[in-house]
Amino acid sequence: MPVLSVTGLNVRFSTEDGSVHALKDVSFDVPERRIVGVVGESGCGKSTLINAILGLLAKNGEVSKGSILFQGDRDLTKLGATEMRALRGEEIATVFQDPMGALNPVFSVGQQMVNVQYRSGLSKAEKRKRASEMLKQVRIPDAEAALSRYPYEFSGGMTQRIAIAMALMMEPALLIADEPTTALDATLEVATIELLQELQVKIGCSVLFISHHLGVVAELCEDVVVMYAGEVVERGTVRQVFNDPRHPYTVRLLECDPARQKKRMRHLPTIPGEIPDLRARPEGCIFAPRCHRRFGACANTPPDMETGTGHVARCFLADQPEPVGAQG
Amino acid sequence: MLNYAIKRLGLAVVIVSVAMFLLFSMIYLIPGDPASVALGPRATEAMKAALRERMGLDQPIWVQFWNFYSGAWTGDLGTEILSERPVLTVVMEQLPYTVALIVGGISWSVALGIPLGCLAAVRRGGWVDRIVGVLSVAVIAVPSFVIAIYALLIFAVWLQWLPAIGAGEPGEPGDQLVHLILPSLAVGIGWVGYIARMVRASMLEVLEASHIRTAYAFGLPDNQIIYRYALSIAILPTVTLLGIGIGQMLSSAVFAEIVFSRPGVGKLVYDAILTRNFPVVTGAVLVTTAFFVLLNLIADLIVGALDPRVRSNF
Amino acid sequence: MSEAISEPVIALGRGARSLRRLLREPLGAFGLFLVVAVIGAAVFADLLASADPSRISPRDRFMPPGAEHLLGTDQLGRDLFSRVLHGGRIALTVALGSTGVSLLIGIALGLISGYGPRWLDNVLILLFDAIKSFPTVMLALAFVTLFGPSLTAVVVVVIIINVPGYARIIRTQTIALKNAEFVTAAQSMGASTARILRVHVLPNVIGPILILASMDIPVVIAIEAGMSFLGLGVRPPTPSWGAILNDGFASIRESVWIVVAGGIPIILTTLGFTFLGETLRDVFDPRLKAR
Repeated sequence: MPVLSVTGLNVRFSTEDGSVHALKDVSFDVPERRIVGVVGESGCGKSTLINAILGLLAKNGEVSKGSILFQGDRDLTKLGATEMRALRGEEIATVFQDPMGALNPVFSVGQQMVNVQYRSGLSKAEKRKRASEMLKQVRIPDAEAALSRYPYEFSGGMTQRIAIAMALMMEPALLIADEPTTALDATLEVATIELLQELQVKIGCSVLFISHHLGVVAELCEDVVVMYAGEVVERGTVRQVFNDPRHPYTVRLLECDPARQKKRMRHLPTIPGEIPDLRARPEGCIFAPRCHRRFGACANTPPDMETGTGHVARCFLADQPEPVGAQG
Repeated sequence: MLNYAIKRLGLAVVIVSVAMFLLFSMIYLIPGDPASVALGPRATEAMKAALRERMGLDQPIWVQFWNFYSGAWTGDLGTEILSERPVLTVVMEQLPYTVALIVGGISWSVALGIPLGCLAAVRRGGWVDRIVGVLSVAVIAVPSFVIAIYALLIFAVWLQWLPAIGAGEPGEPGDQLVHLILPSLAVGIGWVGYIARMVRASMLEVLEASHIRTAYAFGLPDNQIIYRYALSIAILPTVTLLGIGIGQMLSSAVFAEIVFSRPGVGKLVYDAILTRNFPVVTGAVLVTTAFFVLLNLIADLIVGALDPRVRSNF
Repeated sequence: MSEAISEPVIALGRGARSLRRLLREPLGAFGLFLVVAVIGAAVFADLLASADPSRISPRDRFMPPGAEHLLGTDQLGRDLFSRVLHGGRIALTVALGSTGVSLLIGIALGLISGYGPRWLDNVLILLFDAIKSFPTVMLALAFVTLFGPSLTAVVVVVIIINVPGYARIIRTQTIALKNAEFVTAAQSMGASTARILRVHVLPNVIGPILILASMDIPVVIAIEAGMSFLGLGVRPPTPSWGAILNDGFASIRESVWIVVAGGIPIILTTLGFTFLGETLRDVFDPRLKAR
């Protein structure tokens, strides 16, 4: 039974300029004890997806269709505010992108780590002990003293590890990591990824790992979900998607990844065209305007085609793959 | 932090020195000489000469300024013309009443302004927000002495709920507190508006911050997030604002003291003007200016102490 | 060159659009209405109120509002309606006059401070800070003690209080502009300092400062009324809202109408100018909101 099962999720925001259809028919699973990566360019709906799962959509946003089943029985789109809050931090924890801004600047690390345990029923001393133990696990030196220090006294890498410690302290079933390493430099990125991997095994939780860094996803994740303009265009295991991409967008995305360049090029390849305006979502395939394989049928909405076990692509040509690097 | 405090203190000393120089130049520039202004038109030449000598006006100007300047720093602000008591003593007798009035004003403005600003930010765009917005502008715009007079008219003359004049019986804190309610409301009400606006604006900014998003993601109760996590940051600029506000409240306090016939520095200066007792006027102006500069300094240092981020920069 | 020609046209178009936006804001429209009403009442005071504001008639003391005296009479039997309208003239003249003079001096000092030599800048800044360190009313009281109460004293006090604020803003903007490309270009083409200030710097700093000055008008009205209330402003029998308020306050137990007549115009005028100023600022220059 998957920890998280998103089915046919649609999210709309009402704005002054009309309704924005931010997520359209998003479906994927996060199986138990697995790390699932979500990749896509900025603006592809990754943040909306996180907010929808956490029940933290802005006031003008709503889930118009679909379900988010948590641990098989609870539909997060139907839970009330109180039930949702009880879930957040306890069973679904989150680590955000900006490590320096993620902690409250005027409270000490200890105060904040004790505060998030407010439902645990432990004594203050026990909460502090648990916090310092968790800091030790993420290799913060002198964890006891670190508790009484303020976020600004730590480096970016350290605050991100503190944020991870805070998130995993309650041993959640699901950890959502929203580009946790993007703001860090390469060495720290590797160290943080390894730490996440280690803790995930130790705690036995599932991880939904949001990133636009394909290399990190390939390294860390077992499954991957490719998003484009609020739709899941392709999903499957990392091996399936990265080695045998079936959606033209995935193919282009892989081609544009600097780490995957086989030969030196003067310019980094880019995908021509722009992400469509979601206020007027075009009929048919969302990627068609930028797609070099488009043909007549693309004016209709393509089906989710399964080409291998759990390998799904939203494209009419999913069963006729093109060789990587055939174009551009 | 210590470095910062010393730097700010140095700047404060320079500013007060320049203020003293300006005040001195003003006295020196009076048409006619200060002695005749002080004694009025009926004074004899001999009386004027005696006063001039006593005030040191027969000496060269730089000597006069030096005497004035060094005297002021050592607490010698000259003597009152009528009773010949030291001006500093006279001013210091009245200062506690004015301080009480200003503290009362701050209490009103903080007690009403912070919750209103907070409420407006949380209910952004709603009717509560709109009403708080209009009221804030209104209480800022209307001069405090008009509010003081109308408050006196309504609560003391018509309704007779509160006493109209005086500071209450000495030694009876309860009575003194009751006498403080109306005047301090008049002093503080404008600042309810300033604080409400400031808290609303900084609250809206803080609520957008990513650590607030983190707090929500950790399932903390909404009330704790808004009133503890966000407000404790949003409140910081208010302290600086109050540092500036105290100067304006001092101005309002002058009017409040006169309207409500309360003792205090403002009443002292006002009475001194009417009796041409001008050493008292300059002395009181100097003391209040120094007081004001000092309070601004303290407000800055408090912000430093409250905000670990500011603290770390010095 | 075409820019110079089209600029007034654009400004005109923008002006009309801004007026429409101003009127769409209920508070701005209300403020504009109050300001127009107050100015109109002051300009046409002689037509609207037939009674002489200074004519004493002891038989008609403390009369409540009625058909003959719209706002009643004061302790000397003077017609309050007429006194309020003529008091408006004093208030508005002082407000507009002293704000205008403060602006001129403030802009001049600010430009000198921002564009002039470093030492002069430091001296001026210190001077501004020192003036700002006096509590407003204390400065006014000290000034009036030394120079005697008069309308001129009020105007001078207002100027002393306002100038540092304007000068500082102009200074900051001038320094920001000093290194802007078009100023450097003008300099390299040999334009004189005076010309650079007049043609390149001034037009860029004048907009925000005018809005801020318009928002200071209610403050100036409050200072005039306040000083007159303390008997330190206009001399009797000249009508002033502050003086009327003072008359009413002295006889508050005989008649409340005098206090009402003196206070209401102060409230309406300060509210009107403030609502208008706030809306103008939001419409024209939202950046200033941060101040």
